[in-house]
Amino acid sequence: MTAPSSDLDSHLGVPAETGEPSEAPGAVVSRSPLQLAARRFLKDKLSMASLIVVLLFFIAAVVAPFAVKFGWIDPLSSNQDLLDEFGLPIGDWGGISGDHWLGIEPGIGRDALARLWYGTTFSLAIAISATIVAMVIGVVAGIVSGAAGGWVDVIIGRIIDLTLAFPQTLMLLALSSVGLAFIHQTLGVPNGNPTAAVYVIVVLGLFGWTGIARIVRGQVLSLREREFVQAAQMIGASRRRIYFKEILPNLWAPILVTFTLMMPAFVSAEAALSFLGVGISAPTPTLGNVLTDALRYADSAFLYFFIPAFMIATLVVCFNLLGDGLRDALDPKADR
Amino acid sequence: MWAYAARRTAIGLVLLLVLSFVTFVLFFAAPVDQARYACGKQCTEEQIAVTERALGYDKPVYEQWGAFVKGIVAGRQFPADPEVRAAAPETVSDCAAPCLGYSKLNAKTVNELIGDAAPISIALALVAVVMWLIGGVSLGILAAVTKGSIVDRGIVGLTLVAYAFPSFFIGVFMLKYVAIRWELVPLPRYVSIEDGGVFTWLENLLLPGFVLALLFLAGYVRMTRAFVLESLSEDYIRTARAKGLKGRVVLFKHGLRAALTPLVTMTGLDLAGLLGGAIITESVFAYPGLGLLTVQASNAWDLPTIIGVVVLAGAFVIVANIIVDIAYAFIDPRVRLG
Repeated sequence: MTAPSSDLDSHLGVPAETGEPSEAPGAVVSRSPLQLAARRFLKDKLSMASLIVVLLFFIAAVVAPFAVKFGWIDPLSSNQDLLDEFGLPIGDWGGISGDHWLGIEPGIGRDALARLWYGTTFSLAIAISATIVAMVIGVVAGIVSGAAGGWVDVIIGRIIDLTLAFPQTLMLLALSSVGLAFIHQTLGVPNGNPTAAVYVIVVLGLFGWTGIARIVRGQVLSLREREFVQAAQMIGASRRRIYFKEILPNLWAPILVTFTLMMPAFVSAEAALSFLGVGISAPTPTLGNVLTDALRYADSAFLYFFIPAFMIATLVVCFNLLGDGLRDALDPKADR
Repeated sequence: MWAYAARRTAIGLVLLLVLSFVTFVLFFAAPVDQARYACGKQCTEEQIAVTERALGYDKPVYEQWGAFVKGIVAGRQFPADPEVRAAAPETVSDCAAPCLGYSKLNAKTVNELIGDAAPISIALALVAVVMWLIGGVSLGILAAVTKGSIVDRGIVGLTLVAYAFPSFFIGVFMLKYVAIRWELVPLPRYVSIEDGGVFTWLENLLLPGFVLALLFLAGYVRMTRAFVLESLSEDYIRTARAKGLKGRVVLFKHGLRAALTPLVTMTGLDLAGLLGGAIITESVFAYPGLGLLTVQASNAWDLPTIIGVVVLAGAFVIVANIIVDIAYAFIDPRVRLG
């Protein structure tokens, strides 16, 4: 059955409401599931807007180190002349001016925009790295668990139960002194912020992989009964080949969606850890440690207090909307 | 049913043993001086040596873990070394079963520390769970019945924004602006029921409870909305409508019953996770619950306390998992246990 559509629609590429290929007179246009998903996504205004904001954040994060290097923004030097005798920025709105678009940090007097901009780079770098660690562990565990079955499946299932039983935030905090010592002394990572960054990335990854492992396992359970997997087994493909060359390429949709939804959780986690005193410390900025520092000026410098939280919230909201949009586009059956 | 419950309990116990062992290995396998951790940052070398013997840190990890597990089952005495105990009987402290350890730093057993802190965390968790359940379920139903409208979008959007702002930011904002500057609510500080009565106790829990509940609200709104929409598309709902029942009756008597069952599971697990302490909220409002206890223990390198709280919090989650699974089978006859 084909949906009726006008000539104009098919020329403009407007998809039929049913999501089935629209029919041009005399020629049936075939579209892959990916094309259909892309069309659904492009029509979704909210998701597109979120995608644009997320991309802007990414571009800003990539540009920031160069901007610092070439001196366009300066997240480190102090502007004491712009602070009053209480260490608060002179002027209304937290010292916002043509030179300092988001005002001045109270106390030390660094440029707020520069710190937030450069902080976005570090926050996103940590969130992406932690997401990758969690995804790699989770996807491998999920594929092996689902494809191998039997006692391997049981053991991985129990490891997931065990990981979930650990109180996460509490462990991140409690393990920090031991974990930092281990990373610095045993792995030889330079002391200070590099060690702190590795610690945050590793522990977030180690406690965050269970969700995607379960999703992937479920997908693999249905995929492994499909003909192409059986065909690969018939021609004697190795287990590794079947796992990672046959099954893995079919899992990119749930992986992409989970990736997009895990990123904002880790941006928030970085901020929460900064608040608890674990993680990257000043002068290197992250969104979390700038906000934590701003808590001291919560009642005296509202904008300096509000803006970092607002940026974190914007990132989290847009990533979540983007993830939802991707899921809706890639899996139209999951109607929520 | 009973066989299933027994098997789940057995697996849960094994899981708890493994959890405590992994915790021990995580904390003790690191290249750090455990006695220094247990004794605290300011200890001298001699004090550290004494602590090492007193807490049994001169023994291998598995023996210490064995002593820990034995302490949970049968209780134990500190100092751990019999010779040290005999030499200085006045320093011996008893730790009855289930003993979770001894904090040299606080000169108290971990059980006493947890006993002081747990009621605060439990009260906070209960207030929060009531708030997010009432708010989440009612807003979720409202969003479901107004699906696609501005009300639906507003509810889902606003709760997402509330979730997106860091919890400690919202907490500090509430504290500095809502409570102090605008004086809309009294400044919250923990008052026990014995000291202030139920009303004062509850009143002081409202603001921190609200901040904690905001973290979960968005998720419960979305789940309730999804489950209600799903159950409203079932055949028996169409039947109920077709036989002429009022919309309200269909929604509340037929739709919600099936929709809310999955929420029971989620609530049980989330509550169990919170009983181990809402670290951020307790830190912001300076409520001396389990979360703040861990923060202080972590800052002071008080290892026995940390291990005690981790094992206890893990136990909450494992027990809640078992209870929820078994309860689910009772609530929903479609669930078959195997």
